[in-house]
This record gives sequence, C-alpha cells and structure tokens, in this order.
Amino acid sequence: MTRSGAWKSVMNVLMFSLTGLCTLFTIGTLLFILGYLVSHGASALNWAFFTKLPVPVGEIGGGMANAIVGSAKVLLLATLIGVPIGFLGGVYLNEYAGAAAAFVIRYATDLLNGVPSIVIGIVVYTLVVHPMGHFSTVSGGVALGIMMIPIAVRSTEEFLHAVPNSLREAATALGASKWKTIVTVVVPAAITGIITGTMLDLARVAGETAPLLFTALNNQFWSAGWSHPTATLPVMIFAYAIAPYDDWHRQAWAAGFVLLMFVLAINITARFILSRASYAPRGMV
Amino acid sequence: MDPSSGDLAKAVDARTPLPGNHSPADTPGGIGSDQMKVQTMKLKASNVNFFYGGFHALHEINLQFSANKITALIGPSGCGKSTFLRSLNRLHETIRGARLEGTIVLDNENILAMNASALRRRVGMVFQRPNPFPKSIFDNIAYGPEINGMGNHQHVAELVEQSLIRAALWEEVKDKLHQSAYGLSGGQQQRLCIARALAVNPEVLLLDEPCSALDPIGTAKIEELLFTLKDQCTIVIVTHNMQQAARVADYTGFFLMGKLIEFDDTKKIYTTPGKKETEDYITGRFG
Amino acid sequence: MATYPSTANSRALPPGGRARSFLRRGQVGEDVAYLVTLVAAATIFLITSLIFYELFVQSAVSRQKFGFHFLFTQTWDPIAGNFGALPFIYGTVVTAALSLLIAIPQGLGSAIFLAELAPRRVSDSLTFLIELLAAVPSVIYGLLGIFILVPFLQARVVPVLKAVFGFLPIFQGVFYGVSYFSAGVVLSVMIMPFIVSVSREVLLAVPKDQREASLALGGSRWQTTWHVVVPYALKGIMGSIFLALARALGETMAVTMVIGNTPQIKASLLAPGYSIAAVIANEFTEAVGSLYISSLIELGLVLFVVTFIINGLARLMIMAASRGGAHS
Repeated sequence: MTRSGAWKSVMNVLMFSLTGLCTLFTIGTLLFILGYLVSHGASALNWAFFTKLPVPVGEIGGGMANAIVGSAKVLLLATLIGVPIGFLGGVYLNEYAGAAAAFVIRYATDLLNGVPSIVIGIVVYTLVVHPMGHFSTVSGGVALGIMMIPIAVRSTEEFLHAVPNSLREAATALGASKWKTIVTVVVPAAITGIITGTMLDLARVAGETAPLLFTALNNQFWSAGWSHPTATLPVMIFAYAIAPYDDWHRQAWAAGFVLLMFVLAINITARFILSRASYAPRGMV
Repeated sequence: MDPSSGDLAKAVDARTPLPGNHSPADTPGGIGSDQMKVQTMKLKASNVNFFYGGFHALHEINLQFSANKITALIGPSGCGKSTFLRSLNRLHETIRGARLEGTIVLDNENILAMNASALRRRVGMVFQRPNPFPKSIFDNIAYGPEINGMGNHQHVAELVEQSLIRAALWEEVKDKLHQSAYGLSGGQQQRLCIARALAVNPEVLLLDEPCSALDPIGTAKIEELLFTLKDQCTIVIVTHNMQQAARVADYTGFFLMGKLIEFDDTKKIYTTPGKKETEDYITGRFG
Repeated sequence: MATYPSTANSRALPPGGRARSFLRRGQVGEDVAYLVTLVAAATIFLITSLIFYELFVQSAVSRQKFGFHFLFTQTWDPIAGNFGALPFIYGTVVTAALSLLIAIPQGLGSAIFLAELAPRRVSDSLTFLIELLAAVPSVIYGLLGIFILVPFLQARVVPVLKAVFGFLPIFQGVFYGVSYFSAGVVLSVMIMPFIVSVSREVLLAVPKDQREASLALGGSRWQTTWHVVVPYALKGIMGSIFLALARALGETMAVTMVIGNTPQIKASLLAPGYSIAAVIANEFTEAVGSLYISSLIELGLVLFVVTFIINGLARLMIMAASRGGAHS
C-alpha cells in the first residue's frame, strides 16, 4: 500500500469514528436527561403532588394539583382555538388555494411558526390581557392556540397532499361534489395523520412556558375561573427552579418529570400510530 | 408486441364462446356499418375539439356509441383516447386550462349543459389503477348511493349486494364486507371499483385501461364481466391492448395524434381496416 | 392544490365567477365550505400581520424617544428611564454563536454517521431518539442547566479551560456558574436535533450516482462523503443551521435560567450576561410606565425582525437545495 493509500484509510477510520462519537454523545445526552429526570423526578413524586395545592415556603409537602388542572384547561382552550383554524386553513391550502394564495398563506404560516414564543406572549398581552384588565386562563389558551396553528396547518396540508388524486377522481366520477368529496373521502383518508399531527402539536405547546408568563401568569391557589390567572406546570417549574428553597427544587423535579413523561408519551404514541396507520398513500394497488 | 392481423381475427372469432349471457345475435356480422344504423345511439360526440392550454389535443372528433354495446378506443399512448373518454363525463374539468369545444349528447341532452354531478351519476367511470377508498368493502360500494341520496340503509345494503353480484365479486367478499378494501388483490380491487360504479346504476360505463395494472387472470375476469354488463349499460373502454379490444369490443375506434382515424365494427377494423394508419398500428408497425 | 372538476355547469361558471355563483341552487354547500376554509386561512395571515403590527404600534413611545440609538446604547436603567438594547443584543448573539460553534460540528458529525455509516434501521431509530430531544420542553432544559450543567461546568470544565486557554480574554475572570458560556452550552443541546435531523435527510437525498462516481475514481468512503456528498448537500445543511440559529435566538426559558440576567457587556464568556428574550421574560410583568413597557416591546420587535430574516434565509436555502435536487 502506498503512503497516501495508508493515509487515506487512516483518515477514513478516524473521521468516521469521530462521527460515531458525535452520535454517541448526542444520544448520550438524551439518555442522561431521561435518566436524571426519572431518578430525581420520580423519587420526588408522590400522591400529594397530584392532589394537593402548593404550600407556603417553609412547610414541607404540598403538590401542584392546581397547575395540572391549569395546564389542562389552557391546553384544552389552545386546542379549541388552534386546531380548527389550522385544520381548515390546511384544507384551504391543499384543496382550494391557487398558487398565489397558497404562497401567501404558506409564507404567513412559516413566519408564525418562527415567531419566538416570548413574542407571542407580548402580543397576546397587548391584545387580550391589557384590554381585559387582568391576567387570565383564557389569554394563556389564546397564546398557546396561536402557537398551535402553524403545525396544524402544515400537518393537515401534508397529509391531505398524500391522498392520491385518484381517490378524488373516483368520488367525483360517482357524482360527489367537491366539498362532499373532501368531507367523505379526502379528509377521512388523511384523518389518522391529521390526528397524530395534532397530538404532536399539543405535546409541543404543552411544555411552552414563555408565552404563559404574562398571559396565564401563575397562581398559588386554585384558579377562580377562566378569566383569572392560573398556575400551569411549566410556569411552576420555572418559578420553583429559580427559588432558593430545596423543597421547591424537589417539587420542580417532580413537575419536570411529569411534564416530560406526558410530552414523550404523546410523541411516542403518535409515531407509533403513524407507523402502523392502516392507510398509507403508497399502499395503493 | 407483434401481432399479425390473422391472430387478431382469430381473437375476434374466439370471443363468441366466452361465458356470459350475450346471444350470438349480438355479435355483429361483417356488415357492421349497416347494423349500426339501426342501433339506438346512447351517446353522441360531434365536432369535439379539446385543448390543454395552447395544445390542441383532440381534433374534430365525431363518434357515436350504440346502446348496450361495447366500444373500444385504441391507439398509441398520447393519442387522445383517454382525454376523449374523460370528456364523456366531464372529468377533464379536473385539469386546469383544459377546454372542450363541440357537443356531446347523452339521450338527446347536451352533457355540457347538465349538472355535472347528475351527469356523472349516469355516466360512471373505472380508472386505470384500482382506486378503492380507504374504507371497508361495504362502504366503498355504499358511497355512491349514499352521497346521491339513493334510499335508506336497507335499500343501500341491497344495492351493495346487487352491485357486488353484478361485478362478480360477491362470492369472494360476502364474508368480509366490513374489512378494508385494501386487503383485496389488485384484480378484486378493480372489480370492487366496477361494483362501486355500478351501485349508482349508470347508463354508460367508461373504463380507462382498466386492466393495465392487472395480471392475466384478473384481466380475464374483468373481460368476462364486461360481457355480462353490456345488457345493462353502454360500455366504452380505452385500451392500449389490441388483443383485448379484439376480444371484448363490438365496435372499435382508432385514435392517432388527436384524430379519430377510423371507427367501425371491430371485426372489420382488425381484418380489413379502411385506413393505412390503422393497418400499420394493428400489425405492429408502430405504437 | 388538489384539482377537482367543477361540479357546476361549466358554461355558466366562468373562471373567477365564484362570488357570483354564491347562493346558486345546489351550490350553497360548496360555497359555504369554500368560504369557511378561506376565512380560516385568512385568519392565519391576519394573526401573523397583527403580531408585527402590535409590536410596531406598541413600541412607538420607545422608538420615538430613542430612535436607532436604542440598538446601540449600553444603559438599561428603568429608574432613570434610559433604555438601550445593546447588552441584550450582545448576549443573544454571543450565546447563539457559541451554541452553533458546538452544535454544528457535533450535529453534522452525527448526521454524517446516521446518513452514511449506520444501517438504515439503526439510523431511523437513533434519529427518532434524537428528535425526541427536540420535544423536551425548554423549561426542563433550564432546570437541568441550573442544577446539573452549571455545577458540572464549574467543577470540571471551566478549570481546565482556564488552565489551557486562560491567556485568552474570553476565558478570563471569575466564573460564577451562570454565564454566556452556560447559556451557549444549553442552547447547543437544544438546537442539535434540528441540525441532525434536517442534515441527515438532506444527506440521504444525495443521489447514489454521486457517491459511485467518486468511489469509482478511487476515493475512500470518507473522501467521498467529505468532498462529494457534503458539498452536494451543503445548501440544505446551511438551511438546517439557520433554522437552528433562529431557534437559538428566540429561546427564552433555558437561557433566562442560566445566563445570569445581568445587563452588561463583557468580553469573557465566563461572565454573566443577559439576552433579549430573557429580559422580556423577567421584566415584562413588573414593568411600570409606558416607556419601560414600550422599550421591552421594542426588544420583542427586534427579536421578531431578526428571526424573520433568519427564518427567511433558511427557507430560501432549503428551497434552493430542493430545486438543485439535493433535497427531495
């Protein structure tokens, strides 16, 4: 073997080994995060976490029941706002829009997707919180709802796009009008994908903290209603993590564990459903 | 493909013994053009021109389809036969920039002035590749009757059974009506699509190369089926397979570069074509 | 757009005649469906425009008072009413740059391994795991940052860095734990999945004949990867990096928790600093007076405009890559 030949093969082994190390390191980070949260979070977790209110500084115990309910309320509202707009917008993009309209809407969607979440928080503050006069659960839902729109649009559009045109033609040839074709054939064919897309979308905003800081704010007690501030898990984690009390840190780990498990469970379930979806566009014939 | 016209002529003769309830009287004799005059014309296209944007895809097509007969449209790919077929139930409106000129008359009614949904209910279509909906077998067939408001559940269930029987698929699927249509073989899926088209009782059935994605067994089943169906509706089939046209069709039209070159009794087209281009095509000199 | 035949009478419905056909018999359902989806799509456009409009209008007080000096002033003094964005812009840029410096080599290395070396199945499952990293909420990264990363850097990493590179100004001064450096490291982990998963996809899309041509000329696998495959996919890789950058610039919670929240400009990476998103998160609810609030909103406007530009560039590059055939 010539000298350059040897050099070539040394470089080959060396560089690919380095890329392997990079991968190992990246995967290792994830495993470390999971492992640490499980060991620290799960041990700090107890039944009271799910059933009790937070206790004042100095008292041991208490839980985050109000934050769990608050997160659920905010996420419910966000889904009710973000998913219909995103879904219908996606239908418009794939089934109706001409080239120019599609470009504009798609561009706006991408732009919205790129807006930093803290900026969404500011805008919802000026548009909802300020006119209402106080922080509220509703405004938190609006903020997260806006954040859900872009992903809902893109996943709807993508899965509708994967529905072969031959199905639209078949329905049309049987006398179905356009909207009937969409409602009875196109959307049902894509529905598994759209639902899993929505699940991933929900998981993404479930961990959002920044837009809630000046909309839903926080609350040490049960929220007095939709138009009042509420605790949410992510904001509680933030508040407890930066506080100087060990017991609060333990609670923050427990909350982090619960939040992470929720988010990962949705992610894994969604991917599982997608990979086993009974209808795949390529499966034709 | 290099068929001699002699083989094709044999294929034409050989279709008589195929199963099905067509009587020998249905088989046109050598004087097809005379017979055509006494046939009822179900569908008439006059002076049809078709454009994709600036491209002139069909030139002055004049063609009539006899009721309860099978008419085949043949020709090399890109000759306009599928375009013409799609214009018969206005599916060409699928394509942006597509424009149709001329008149197409279904039972003395201009289809271009009809409501498109109503037209497509009367003129059904089966596509090149089987395209069942991602629904159960039952729901696939029930789809047409349901969107067209054809009666209650009981009636729809009867229609489903009838259509599957007519499409010769009932025996194979009657125990798994509520399973996904995607579990069927390609040939079964295509017969399912035919059953789906039949469920709305179309008067005309258009088939766009329905066997091109099927194996020989699947193809044979579809061809048998066409014979049994022609008592119930008028059939127009586009095919690039000349043997198939020879086997199934009563009449054949030959398209070339957007023009209808020749239209006649199938036997005449395959034995004594009137035009040089037709002869070149069926003897395999091009296409 | 998916194409459909029109169901109306084609002669009676001229192109663009949708509005006129409204309330035509049999067309009502059709028109309602169209309008409902159109309104939803228009809402998306309106929301996006409204975000920009609100940021612009609500920051008027600050923009009028400070003009462009706002961007170049170092003081942030709520009591005296003097507001300048420079320390935050500096902190945002430094932390984002540092995160890219770490994430690009590691992310690209991982992507190369996953695309070129790992068997497809292994690669798919590993990529799935890495994409899960993107699903971890940022507040959890912050939590890990405060309690794990900062002590670790303080005990193990920074002493070594100071011993080796201590002569460089960027590694001088006392390290309190919270710093630009900590924020950059946390950000690098957060943006890694974007670089890995997009780059891997772009690399996988490089046509086989490109690789074969190089191998046939006697190139080693690494030479083929480095001199042929990566350059072919470069635009797509750049796109992934810009996407990651936009994410790093706008990231709030994790940075807020580890950057130190001190409005100053220091050359040393080991010093505490502040970022645009962090100052908004910390001070917005407590801000009093229209000038203070308006200044914070103007910071939001700056962030919006910058991420808008970076995202635009990322899109352009990914589009160019797909047009060039390097990305499917």
